[in-house]
Amino acid sequence: MSAPRFNAHGVWAIYRFEVSRALRTIWQSLATPVITTALYFVVFGSAIGSRMGEVDGVSYGAFIVPGLIMLTLFTESIFNAAFGIYFPKFTGTIYEVLSAPVSSFEIVLAYVGAAATKSVVLGLVILATASLFVPIHIAHPLAMIAFLVLISATFCLFGFIIGICSNNFEQMQVVPMLVVTPLTFLGGAFYSISMLPPAWQTVAYFNPVVYLISGFRWTFFGQGDVPVVTSLVATLAFFFICLGVVAWIFRTGYRLKN
Amino acid sequence: MSDILTITDLTKTYASGLKALKPINLAIRRGEIFALLGPNGAGKTTLISIICGIVTPSAGSVVADGHDIQADYRNARMKIGLVPQELTSDRWETVWNTVRFSRGLYGRAPNPAFLERVLRDLSLWDKRNDQLQTLSGGMKRRVMIAKALSHEPMILFLDEPSAGVDVELRRDMWALVRRLRDSGVTIILTTHYIEEAEEMADRIGVINKGELILVEEKKALLSKLGRKQLTLHLQAPLAALPEGLGAWRLALRDGGQTIDYDFDANARDTGVAALLRRLDELGIPFTDINTQQSSLEDIFVSLVQGGKEARP
Ligand SMILES: Nc1ncnc2c1ncn2[C@@H]1O[C@H](COP(=O)(O)OP(=O)(O)OP(=O)(O)O)[C@@H](O)[C@H]1O
Ligand SMILES: [Mg+2]
Repeated sequence: MSAPRFNAHGVWAIYRFEVSRALRTIWQSLATPVITTALYFVVFGSAIGSRMGEVDGVSYGAFIVPGLIMLTLFTESIFNAAFGIYFPKFTGTIYEVLSAPVSSFEIVLAYVGAAATKSVVLGLVILATASLFVPIHIAHPLAMIAFLVLISATFCLFGFIIGICSNNFEQMQVVPMLVVTPLTFLGGAFYSISMLPPAWQTVAYFNPVVYLISGFRWTFFGQGDVPVVTSLVATLAFFFICLGVVAWIFRTGYRLKN
Repeated sequence: MSDILTITDLTKTYASGLKALKPINLAIRRGEIFALLGPNGAGKTTLISIICGIVTPSAGSVVADGHDIQADYRNARMKIGLVPQELTSDRWETVWNTVRFSRGLYGRAPNPAFLERVLRDLSLWDKRNDQLQTLSGGMKRRVMIAKALSHEPMILFLDEPSAGVDVELRRDMWALVRRLRDSGVTIILTTHYIEEAEEMADRIGVINKGELILVEEKKALLSKLGRKQLTLHLQAPLAALPEGLGAWRLALRDGGQTIDYDFDANARDTGVAALLRRLDELGIPFTDINTQQSSLEDIFVSLVQGGKEARP
């Protein structure tokens, strides 16, 4: 019996393993973002939002929903994917994946696919939570799902890279905490870039997160800080950069094999 | 084709600069049990890890059942099962799930009936729904074996299967290994327990400091390198060995009650007959006499220490 070109059983085994790992802690995984979202709405949506009026023709409460989803999605995607590959490295069970007839592409597909699945579910749960606080109308639902999936996959890839390169749990937290969260706050999660003074607007456009949030917001309200095509290109670019780095890591065996 | 695994000029230098394997050349025969013996740090795990794809070789090639382990890794790896030296497990998984995972990972379609047979063979069937963290160390090692067998490999690597395993489980494992061999699986095991190699192996390889210093049929090895010991129980104790016995390598022990004579069993003249005659001439009567074959352990120690002399 000769080996198949694509090890579908292998990909499914890893995917299923990762998803069932996520399901074991499903309540903790969902409770935190749900509570956080609710708190954001109490503070920004109601307390501050009621004095804010409209942003770009949308009530402030509704305006922050896409940014809020992105905020959680970024950090959760990175952390979940990082943990997914870091943990077997840490416990030593990675030996089995390395010695199995799975290609690096299949390994990435399975691990990142599983983490991205969790992220998409998480995004939808946050959206559902938000809809309890503000009425939400989604202008382009299919595009919304597509962006959600693409951005989840991208940040999971990013997290996968961090997981491979991390030597301890602290290192895994550094990038999400020190880089991604600030960029998200500064990237227009809670305001429109047009609300910034002109000089700061220029600075803001160097923040890649602006393009992601803007694109996702466009799917809700039909408008963003930048044209949606720009957002799409930026998101795809980020996706392929991560993919390239992962490919390089596997080709060189960096940090996975001696 | 009688060789199932061919290792050619395989070397490994770790990033630290440590040469773990000098060029290794070795052919494993289809259906044999091959024991790889060597002290700590000899390179046994490194060699196995390269063949299984966990460590990248610095140079050389390995062909498993006709498939190059790098160019055609999918086919090569499907043929190979590995029970690693270290126990690692996903604490929260159940026995059944982890074994099913392994089978899938190796690209095999689900086959619950086969997995049931593997688990029953290893006395794990009753534990199939238990989480791995609730199992004892010996049970975990059985699970590792079950995982390695889950995809029906033709070549099985057991890296120190008896480390931390009690006598009963070791017997069970030996029996299982024999059954596997009888079903056509080729088995390569590493061990520190000489009696394991002595009891199980068809051929033995000795590796030391990254060099394969010997590969031999076990039987041939035992007889070729084997030294024998003649033990004479004396009627009356001697205070010291008499001058007239200086031509033999003798040792007096048990308070002068016993004489040991160490000799090469394969020598044309072992010196035994002459020794007995001389004792008679000297008027030293003995009550009993027996000879003993030296064990693999003795051979092994003498090889690794690099000395030509088999015993101190
Ligand atoms: N990842 C690594 N990086 C650097 N050196 C390593 C690495 N793994 C093993 N070594 C070194 O390579 C040598 C061979 O190690 P290996 O684990 O293959 O020995 P072994 O024969 O399996 O020993 P043991 O009987 O203790 O299991 C040792 O000197 C070891 O320190
Ligand atoms: Mg070892």
